Amino acid sequence: MATKIIHGKMQRLRVYAWEFPVRLTHWFNAFSILFLSITGYYIGDPFMHAYSSKQWIMGWMRLIHFIVAYVFLMSVIIRMYWAFMGNQFASWRECFPVSTEKRKEFMDALKFYFFIRKEPPYVIGHAALASFTYFLVFVVFIFEIVSGFALYSVSHPPSIVWTLLGGWLLNIMHLPTIRLYHHFVMYVILAFVPLHIYATWYMDPHEKNGLVSSMFSGFKFVPEKEIEEAEQ
Amino acid sequence: MKFVSDDFLQEASESMESLGDKGISRRAFMKFCTGMAALLALPASFAPKIAEAIRGKKPYLVWLEFQDCAGDTEALLRTTAPAVGDIVLDVFAVEYHETIMAASGKQAEKSLMDIVKNNKGNYFVVVEGSIPLKDDGIYCCIGGRTAVDIAREVCGNAIATIAVGTCATYGGIPAALPNPTGAVGVKEAVPNATVINLPGCPVNAENITATVVHYLTFGTLPNTDKLGRPYFAFGKRIHDNCERRAHFDAGQFARQWGDEGHRQGWCLYEMGCKGPETFHNCPTVKYNAGTSWPVQAGHGCIGCSEPHFWDTMSPFYRRLPKVPGVSIESTADKVGAGLAAATAAGLVIHGIGRAISPKKEE
Repeated sequence: MATKIIHGKMQRLRVYAWEFPVRLTHWFNAFSILFLSITGYYIGDPFMHAYSSKQWIMGWMRLIHFIVAYVFLMSVIIRMYWAFMGNQFASWRECFPVSTEKRKEFMDALKFYFFIRKEPPYVIGHAALASFTYFLVFVVFIFEIVSGFALYSVSHPPSIVWTLLGGWLLNIMHLPTIRLYHHFVMYVILAFVPLHIYATWYMDPHEKNGLVSSMFSGFKFVPEKEIEEAEQ
Repeated sequence: MKFVSDDFLQEASESMESLGDKGISRRAFMKFCTGMAALLALPASFAPKIAEAIRGKKPYLVWLEFQDCAGDTEALLRTTAPAVGDIVLDVFAVEYHETIMAASGKQAEKSLMDIVKNNKGNYFVVVEGSIPLKDDGIYCCIGGRTAVDIAREVCGNAIATIAVGTCATYGGIPAALPNPTGAVGVKEAVPNATVINLPGCPVNAENITATVVHYLTFGTLPNTDKLGRPYFAFGKRIHDNCERRAHFDAGQFARQWGDEGHRQGWCLYEMGCKGPETFHNCPTVKYNAGTSWPVQAGHGCIGCSEPHFWDTMSPFYRRLPKVPGVSIESTADKVGAGLAAATAAGLVIHGIGRAISPKKEE
């Protein structure tokens, strides 16, 4: 699994960190967010106007939004399933920095981003700060899915399927309020996107571990001594 | 094809006799019965049963007004030809209605109490207006009694209470934030009463009639959703039955009052129409004897038949509600765009910060 390579002064090992379902769902999520944001924004504020009733702009936007919403739902389900079935780097346990070691890692990463610490904490999979952030991102994803199905349910005859997928939310929130939050939370996700890309772009040359390509190939290049430390 | 049987015509003639000559033609009465069958989603063959039911019984009805504007009364009384309102008033023995009754003062209150005492469990109540509960309900008193006290006695002893208008059903405008009088709907004020909710601002009089006709014909109240509204009137979303729906799907929207799109009768979605959030039969039944309804007249739906519409559906001319806790000028888009911009700015500052900070030694 791990192949020794020589990189600069440091011995690095090639480690298979991200398994196929992790990479697949990552890119499905990324493209879903892109399509859902564009079509969803149009549905909330139709910025293009048809001048002939032969056009079907809102129709297409809603159709794409609903189809991609199902793709996104499946992607999120697969990733959550893999949090229980995948390797240690994909595990749900990564999300919660509860151990002393993880808490230190979490604080070290925060200090690094706020210029207090020069070195980021070196880890093979997710850093504690990153994985906790992804946990919050998934909470936000699930809110978008549930609120989306709540809004979608009102154009269907009442059925247990729609109630389970999101219709139950109508019992505790008014329809316009759900619409507002569903719309607003899009911006929360859109704020996360540059943060995520920036952090990756910034960390990749810093860690020299092939962070960007790892989300394509699955492999990271980790200094040998860090693996030894991790195994202790 | 024959939609109505000869029996029905016979029934209709007999019914006309019992109704007496009130300026309602036989044709108008037949139209009324078949129209009611259609409104209740029944086949035309039910029209004779409806005619029979209307002819047979004459239930007592009392109409209570609490925190209201008499708009629902207006909606009932101002119905035009073919005099649906007249038929309804003839179907019932209306024993108490503050706005239209001749009696007043103690005499009027006595007639109400006579009905409650002498016809216990044998009369209908229509309630218009919300009931205040704050400070023991003193904010609405009639003849020295609070609204909630009257409602408990009158509604509690009735066959059924028909709460008409959004105030009587869910508190409506008096219950809008900050709800100074603690206004609630009838079901909340009198939980043990049998209440059917017909919200709307005002209620559509045809739905009152249909509810009563349903009871007279079948002996039961129509099926209701979880908000206590009958499915025949509130089972479908306005947006899904809207005459302008094709313009929505095409992407043709009015963007300003009086612009080209508005003049062409395009979709009012961008003008804040709440049709996508509202369940009511306005697009099919319409108001004022089928004359028109807001969207047909070029104005978006304001969601008046939904609970707490004054708070949740406003601003009426904007797509999305105001962001709670933020200044009234702010909308979700401004806050959201600000959030995204702040993130991007933070990242730029972070990048500069890293660039100018001392490099570490490899």
